[in-house]
Amino acid sequence: MMNWIWLFFILSSVIISLFNGKIDEVSNAILSSAQSAVIICFGLIGVMSLWLGLMRIAQESGLIKLIAHFLSPFLKRLFPSIPKNDPVQADIALNVSANALGLGNAATPFGIKAMEGLKRFNPNKPDVASDDMCTFLTINTAGIQLIPVSVIAILMTTGSENPGEILLPTLITTFSALCIGVAFVKCLIKISPNPGRKK
Amino acid sequence: MIGTVSLAIIPLLVAFFVTYGAFHKVPVYETFTEGAKEGFEISIRIIPYLIAMMVAVAMFRASGAIDLLSLAFEPILKWIGMPADLLPLAITRSLSGSGARGIFAEIANTYGGNNPITKTAAVMLGSSETTFYVLSVYFGAIGVKKFRHAVAAGIVADLAGILVALLVSKLFFY
Repeated sequence: MMNWIWLFFILSSVIISLFNGKIDEVSNAILSSAQSAVIICFGLIGVMSLWLGLMRIAQESGLIKLIAHFLSPFLKRLFPSIPKNDPVQADIALNVSANALGLGNAATPFGIKAMEGLKRFNPNKPDVASDDMCTFLTINTAGIQLIPVSVIAILMTTGSENPGEILLPTLITTFSALCIGVAFVKCLIKISPNPGRKK
Repeated sequence: MIGTVSLAIIPLLVAFFVTYGAFHKVPVYETFTEGAKEGFEISIRIIPYLIAMMVAVAMFRASGAIDLLSLAFEPILKWIGMPADLLPLAITRSLSGSGARGIFAEIANTYGGNNPITKTAAVMLGSSETTFYVLSVYFGAIGVKKFRHAVAAGIVADLAGILVALLVSKLFFY
């Protein structure tokens, strides 16, 4: 599916821009976005190392196990492949809470740690996503955030009298999207579960 | 108030991790540096995946394809009662975080912070995550190339988010 989406983005952009004369803008976009992707990744090195370092302390001190222990019963239902009290559960919990608090920079290292953990229980070939990886990323892409700080900031600068009034509707929206997404991915998993290692 | 809390979270969290570690007799400094070593390698590993995704998305945005889509979807928008100005935001929010914020700032500037359209846009943006960025970074980091259901589920969750945002905003702001 990713192959098709990628092809669609690229081909449609070129065809459309040939007709509406925006081909030079597309040309610029190709080069500058490739560059900014690298800049983003380099920018990530610092925060990524910082949080992975702190995570290691949390792991050695038993904090991760403690968090996993509390959330185990709940996460067991969502991610059946993870054994009880496995540290991955804490990584998932930390990722979701960092996202919810709007700490996007901290959420990414936690999330990657969680993906590495899920990889250990992937019954498929290593380059094929497991059922639980799909569920985890669906939760992530739904993007639960308690306080969308940048949105509030923009509202405030444009003369909003009560920027806080968007909080509850936003929360209702994300939560509904999350439930619909998870229900949908669980249906897909039921229809076509982990293919295993065979071709 | 909101600002202070979110500013304090990170220092408090860092202090908590380190204190908890020291309390449990972990050599915090050595352990930290040991764990931090992984950060470099993971960040570098993501680069090709992020380039692939960001180049495709940037091309798509620069080509004016989103305006074209807006035009094509206008009848459907009328039918579900969505203001046409919100469509570029609805499409962009799954593709590019900075792009979506830019479009939202434009809407907010045009209509002002108290307009229901601005508020609806705020809900739409606040409830979203850049799906394609998340997929390419997280799968890229562990070398997964076949995303299976994650793409479809991400898109469905995004679509559901757009519709619910419209519905909830109708109830709250109009």
